[in-house]
Amino acid sequence: MKHGIDQHDSRFKIARREAWIGVILVIINFVWWYGFAYGLGSGPVEEYSSVLGLPAWFFYSCVGGFILMVILVTIAVKYLFKEVPFEDETEEMN
Amino acid sequence: MNWAVIFPLVLFLAIIFIIGFWASTYLKTSDSFLQEYFLGGRQLGGFILAMTMTATYGSASSFIGGPGAAYTQGLGWVLLSMAQLATGYFVLMILGKKFAIVTRKYKAVTLVDFLKERYESKWVVLLSAASIIIFLFSAMAAQWVGGGRLIESVTGLSYTSALFIFAASVLIYVVIGGFRAVALTDAVQGTVMFIGTLILLIATIIAGGGIPNIISDLTAENPKLITPYGFDGGLTPLYVSSFWILVGVGVVGLPQITVRAMSYKNSKAMHRAIIIGTVVIGFIMLGMHLIGVFARSVLPGIEVPDTVMPLLAMEILPAWLAGLVLAAPMAAIMSTVDSLLLLVSSAVVKDVYLNYIQPKASNQRVKNLSFGVTTVLGVLVFLIALSPPDLIIWLNLFSFGGLEAAFIWPVVMGLYWRRGNKYGAISSMIVGVGSYIIIHLYFPNPFGIHTVVLPILFSLMAFIIGSVVGKQRLQETVDITGL
Repeated sequence: MKHGIDQHDSRFKIARREAWIGVILVIINFVWWYGFAYGLGSGPVEEYSSVLGLPAWFFYSCVGGFILMVILVTIAVKYLFKEVPFEDETEEMN
Repeated sequence: MNWAVIFPLVLFLAIIFIIGFWASTYLKTSDSFLQEYFLGGRQLGGFILAMTMTATYGSASSFIGGPGAAYTQGLGWVLLSMAQLATGYFVLMILGKKFAIVTRKYKAVTLVDFLKERYESKWVVLLSAASIIIFLFSAMAAQWVGGGRLIESVTGLSYTSALFIFAASVLIYVVIGGFRAVALTDAVQGTVMFIGTLILLIATIIAGGGIPNIISDLTAENPKLITPYGFDGGLTPLYVSSFWILVGVGVVGLPQITVRAMSYKNSKAMHRAIIIGTVVIGFIMLGMHLIGVFARSVLPGIEVPDTVMPLLAMEILPAWLAGLVLAAPMAAIMSTVDSLLLLVSSAVVKDVYLNYIQPKASNQRVKNLSFGVTTVLGVLVFLIALSPPDLIIWLNLFSFGGLEAAFIWPVVMGLYWRRGNKYGAISSMIVGVGSYIIIHLYFPNPFGIHTVVLPILFSLMAFIIGSVVGKQRLQETVDITGL
């Protein structure tokens, strides 16, 4: 099949796995963001505690969530992602 | 006129020009004009890739509209804008290596090339080229208006002269340098955006007397400003969450972003870009929107939200530093506009002209045509931006969500679902764009979720149903011809 995408290419297995890692990361990102924002932020304002001057819900959800994702993304890329050649020629040479 | 503010801006433009000229030298040496002009010869490294994706995505709304909305809404709007953190890693991880390999195999230069080879359908090509030309042209016009207004407010020039300066600067380096110029200038522009955000954030916190002080000012004015629900309690969790579709995962469907996912050199570049992109986009979005909220304590009572960022910079920074910081929104607008201009030009030259009008055009002819079309489009946008017609403003409102609804499934399912076919792709595009326009006009934000969510679901259903039903039709045709 000239125009279809060859499913047996081993590089595509890697690509598929990495796409799933992206989906899992975005779900973690969302749950953390939502959980802290509305878990800590839905009470009365007088009862808010603060971290570094910011309301705790905001600090954990947005600042903490940002730092968490940078760490998780770095770990995922460094340890789970694999380098593959993009050109078909180089693949045949290997 | 305040020359101390203007000087850093002029310097910034000069640097952008030099890069444009330098990039144009690659066009002379490259053996494939189209690959080089519209894709930079697929040679982007990790840093440039991360910056060009971030800078193309970050536009006037991240630096002007966003901080303005945060000024009005409070921390709830910063929460909403953090949905954009996902774009930093999600797009490259989802399209990822598969898109890079497949588009090389297909020798695709544009997103439409990929769709053409994948679905082998004239209608897919024409529908997608039309969506790109219509929606992105309008989006571009709106950004040019933003760029003109920004120069107008900073320099005191008339709108027409301001727009002319803006248009001329962008047009020259895009026309002569192509994609490589766009990506390299994006790297400078992205860096300026990052540094501008950092300087302004620190200065705002100092001017407000520290974060605890600012937060207690806000609480005293209106305690709702520091809740996740917005200044009037109107930001519901469901509504805010639905922005994860519009400005988070849905960005996979934006052609100006997608085309970048086929421009990088190797998997190492992609890996680096994912990490750098996440850091840069997260910092800019968090920083710029926090600045908007904090500005409320430093400069209370601003009437027009869009002026918050420029006014704040001029108020709390020494003039030369304000000029540097104001180069950031300018960089954001330019880096979005340059990519859109080149993309629309590629849709005209590569997707329409070379596919259907003159497939055997010579290299020289393609070259002249590419320069010509890019110039004509630029001049056209300039003329429209002088006094934008209502139609353009109206179309611009659809461009972001409309493009996502049109392209997300044909691209993603095209890569990962073998049974997806042209019937699925065509129905998905028609249903996506159609339902988006209808819902936007007649039932905006149904059930309290953003308008874009339902069309994206509908277009997924249309893709699956269309592919399954269409498959039977494909088989029947084969059977008949088999007899």
